[in-house]
Amino acid sequence: MILQGIAFYVFAALLVASGVMVISSRNPVHSVLYLILAFFQAAGLCLLMGAEFIAMILIIVYVGAVAVLFLFVVMMLDINFRELRQGALEVLPLGGLIGLILLAELAAVVGGWIVAPGVEKLAAAPTPAITSVTNTQALGQLMYTQYVYLFQACGIVLLIAMIGAIVLTLRHREGVRKQNIGDQLARRRDEVVAIRKVSSGEGV
Amino acid sequence: MSTPLIIEYLPILVFLLIGIALAVVMVGASYIISPKNPDAEKVSPYECGFEPFEDARTKFDVRFYLVSILFIIFDLEVAFLFPWAIALGDIGLFGFWSMMLFLGILTIGFIYEWKKGALEWE
Amino acid sequence: MAEFFSGFLLPLIIMVLKILAITVPLLVAVAFMTYAERKIMGAMQLRQGPSLVGPFGLLQPFADGLKLFAKEQILPEGANRVVFYIAPMITFFLALVAWAVIPFDYGVVLSNINVGVLYLFAISSLGVYGIVMAGWASNSRYAFLGALRSAAQMVSYEVSMGLIIISVLLCVGSLNLTAIVHAQEKVWFAIPLFPMFIMFFISALAETNRSPFDLPEGESELVAGFMVEYSSAPFALFFLGEYANMILMSAMTSILFLGGWLSPLPFAPFTWVPGIVWFALKIAACLFTFVWVRATMPRYRYDQLMRLGWKVFLPFSLFWVVLTAGVLVTFGWLPK
Repeated sequence: MILQGIAFYVFAALLVASGVMVISSRNPVHSVLYLILAFFQAAGLCLLMGAEFIAMILIIVYVGAVAVLFLFVVMMLDINFRELRQGALEVLPLGGLIGLILLAELAAVVGGWIVAPGVEKLAAAPTPAITSVTNTQALGQLMYTQYVYLFQACGIVLLIAMIGAIVLTLRHREGVRKQNIGDQLARRRDEVVAIRKVSSGEGV
Repeated sequence: MSTPLIIEYLPILVFLLIGIALAVVMVGASYIISPKNPDAEKVSPYECGFEPFEDARTKFDVRFYLVSILFIIFDLEVAFLFPWAIALGDIGLFGFWSMMLFLGILTIGFIYEWKKGALEWE
Repeated sequence: MAEFFSGFLLPLIIMVLKILAITVPLLVAVAFMTYAERKIMGAMQLRQGPSLVGPFGLLQPFADGLKLFAKEQILPEGANRVVFYIAPMITFFLALVAWAVIPFDYGVVLSNINVGVLYLFAISSLGVYGIVMAGWASNSRYAFLGALRSAAQMVSYEVSMGLIIISVLLCVGSLNLTAIVHAQEKVWFAIPLFPMFIMFFISALAETNRSPFDLPEGESELVAGFMVEYSSAPFALFFLGEYANMILMSAMTSILFLGGWLSPLPFAPFTWVPGIVWFALKIAACLFTFVWVRATMPRYRYDQLMRLGWKVFLPFSLFWVVLTAGVLVTFGWLPK
């Protein structure tokens, strides 16, 4: 149990520290690398709570996919981050406002637990007991039946993301010659090869 | 309940630390024993016999971004499939068709991509 | 104090010894893997391969290793020092830590976690970092291009790999690797899921940047891709990491499709052989195929590679997941 406590404080401290480094380091690539470190600490915290599936998905999706995109963007785009940062003071009030709203929402959630102590149990009521199934199974038993509408909504969100990405980024270059494997395979020998008898001294 | 779970992860944590230590020691030890006499030609980036014109980190085809965005979406789809594959025996036909609808929605997106030529590399 | 020793220190020492018992043989296996590759390729191309250092050239990999570690470490001009050194460490480190969840025999596993498959999937999805960071930090055109290609290639095949794993999981009903091997006691998954087995192996080739998908380091066009600026120990770490990754992918193939440590036929002369030997033999067979493919196949073109990943493997593996699930549900064969 002591080990768990130590692990919690180490993960939490590193999480906060790398979070600070994300916004304070000068090199944007270093920022992203600190962000990845932060994701790992968060995954560690999830593990400590026993949420092993969420921890692994956090790594697979956030570190393995989302952060790769971030890294692509900051490494390979010529963005002048110093200039970007100069405008930071102007948008500070807006950022602060969003932060406040998030804080208020968190307060509402925690407040809900305090005002109605039973609400936590009520929300967790359909969850199978953790002693009988692993938490991946518990998720599977609920997500596709109990929460089917939310699940389908996720599908639609992903569809929109897919279409949005294509609409925003896809530009066709002009005059590119592409290989069409179907056409290549559909060619027959007698369509493209003609055998002619050429008598000498006359040409074709 | 949560204690045995953590115990299973403890070796992984130790393994992570040992792995990091091993990597650092290997590079560090070699750094100490290896000779060091850099000169300007040796440390210049490799560029087939001429001086590099400019910084190598430049803009590149937007297609690489598109691939990684599409990858995120399909990765999420796979993430949704994992618990489903495990629990399919418990959730029965309804769960099966629920996932089929989800996959159907994403297949629409996939067909759209295909028709738009987003999967083609020029 | 005695309590501290028996309750905390002793388990820790045992754990470290276990970890070393995985790491050291793995590194030796990597060394001999490079030797075996050169010998097999030599035989396939009617050459001898290494034959001078030690009996049959067996000490060649160690000589190469020592030489690499004694070479000068060159930090190219304009490179980002920290990222430049971290990148090979990441590649090496990831290839090592993945072995924490691999079951070598029944109960012979460092940590038998419930989500073993996810752990492996997560580790393999991180492999792209070492390469992208190396390519960016080197400040060289070739490295940069190689890293870009490699990143796009690895993420493209990652998706179909995930879907293939799903189709195995459907037949097992658990994410635990030991449970996956146990589910194959009647029949190895390579037989009912044969197309998936082939696709998994091909995806593994693409994930490890092996021939015929070795575009990221294509010698003839990109010199050595993302590794072009590396020398000495950092280069050696990349090398070790890549080969350890190959062995890891072979181990995954054996666990998911070839019944892990199970003997091919469940009766007497075969069951006498310890499971770990079967497991090693299966891994060796997969590795031989890796080398065989390298000696046989010409390199893919980049557009063909992306086409194969997105337009062939992805739809086909998705279709196969649906088919597997449909068959299992219809006939009521789902694992409970």
